[in-house]
Amino acid sequence: MLSKGARAGFVFVGFAIAIGVILFAVFGYLRSSPPAIAATAASSQPNTVNVVMQVDGAVGVGPHPTWVGYWVRDAQGVYHQTTIFKVPERTHVHMTIYEYDSGGPLRNEVWGKVQGVQGGAVSLNGTPVSLINSSAGNGVAHTFVVPQLGVTVPLYGVNGNAKNFCNVGPCNLSEAHNTIQFTFYSGNTTHNYRWQCFVPCGLGFLTGNGGPMQNLGYMAGFVQVVK
Amino acid sequence: MAIKSDEVGSPAAEARKHGGRIFALWFVASVIVDLVVWFVWGPHMAPGFMTTTAAGQVFDFKVLTVLSAPVLLMVWIYGGYSLIMFRDKGTHEDGYYVKGNRKIQATWYTLTGILVIGLAAFGTYELIAPAGAGVGEGPSPIWKPNNAGHTLIVQVIAQQWRFTYRWPQFGGMETTSINLPVNTEIQFDVTSLDVIHDFWAYQLGVKADANPEVNNVAYTKTLQTGRFVVRCDELCGIWHGAMYNYGHVVSQSSFYSWAHSMEAQNASLTKLLPKFSTSYLPKDNVVGGQYFNSSQA
Repeated sequence: MLSKGARAGFVFVGFAIAIGVILFAVFGYLRSSPPAIAATAASSQPNTVNVVMQVDGAVGVGPHPTWVGYWVRDAQGVYHQTTIFKVPERTHVHMTIYEYDSGGPLRNEVWGKVQGVQGGAVSLNGTPVSLINSSAGNGVAHTFVVPQLGVTVPLYGVNGNAKNFCNVGPCNLSEAHNTIQFTFYSGNTTHNYRWQCFVPCGLGFLTGNGGPMQNLGYMAGFVQVVK
Repeated sequence: MAIKSDEVGSPAAEARKHGGRIFALWFVASVIVDLVVWFVWGPHMAPGFMTTTAAGQVFDFKVLTVLSAPVLLMVWIYGGYSLIMFRDKGTHEDGYYVKGNRKIQATWYTLTGILVIGLAAFGTYELIAPAGAGVGEGPSPIWKPNNAGHTLIVQVIAQQWRFTYRWPQFGGMETTSINLPVNTEIQFDVTSLDVIHDFWAYQLGVKADANPEVNNVAYTKTLQTGRFVVRCDELCGIWHGAMYNYGHVVSQSSFYSWAHSMEAQNASLTKLLPKFSTSYLPKDNVVGGQYFNSSQA
């Protein structure tokens, strides 16, 4: 039989461990974040990095596999389900986005105009485009907008009835997609620039702006401009 | 020190002596503080003097501070004087029995009553002058500027999580930035495409809620050139804290140069926009109601 003091000691230690575990879990959850993928230096162009992403109608993994979201490719060619990537300051960032989701009319057509990219236009499947009429064709699926850098890029949607439509990510290039390429300047200041989609694509949520629209790793992210 | 009935001089004379000291200290301090507030701090008070409404708010803050400072000073000086003069000096004797003074009480109640009612009347009047004081007045504003027919109309469209601006007098173009000409009456038509936001142009002294399907009108007149910040002031989601942008009040020539340049640059985009309206509604025949097209004023 343990003494009263020993029992009290066990209770105290057990209580301390329980509190520690709870705090560890709470802070672990609060500080959890999708991984940040470093951009890859461009071999052919100086002072330029490449970022490759794909956007899928359903990411297929994680706690919300049915949510629309992005994947970012690392230097080894492996895709990570995230919306955070690192680029150096004072650098030209060459973006390639493979768009696998279907589109529709924009809530506000102003987001169909390309802004803040070099040359004033993006390459959509090899064709320069500076404005997309979202009421025509497949419409706009999503937008890549970095407000503080002045970057706005509409992502033209794919045909939702295509036979090779990718329903669940990660998708591959044999499936229906659009390739959007553009370059923007990372600026002279290190900063975490937020970026977001301006298509209310959180289906099933109030005004379409809940769920994936409000969670990092899906339709909200950061361009981390570092030294 | 405590007033005692057995000290030299009557209690009433002692009370008058302390009362006179307190009044003198309070009066001098109030004059000094009010002069400093009006002439030293006042010219630097936020939100500044960029517009009539901002200048009006500075005037309100100055008046309120000048009138309320003496009240605060009376409390502090009376409390401080009591702590120093009336504290127990080690004799542990009871303090003097203080009786009420009806004249002083009546004077205090009257003055503070006049002050409170007067400030309420002043504040109420200032809420509507000039031209609604820069506050959203709803779709049918009562207080308009005198030359309401000659205002520059800027429609503020809030959406999660960015403000955009439409300019009906420039072909209905829509921009992601905002510039305003100096010495010009401005009419802001504020609305939203999704949830409730709030258009708060701090240095302009303009603040109006942005409600979906509602037009909320606010007026101001620009007086000075400079930079101002626009913030959302209603919690509206994950990027609420990042829903801001900067604008500029510029010379009239610079503004018209910018506006005409933007009108030309955005001509192809403007053709795709719905017809200008004071508010926008979901188009019912699109699945998901994602497209806000035309309007009902």
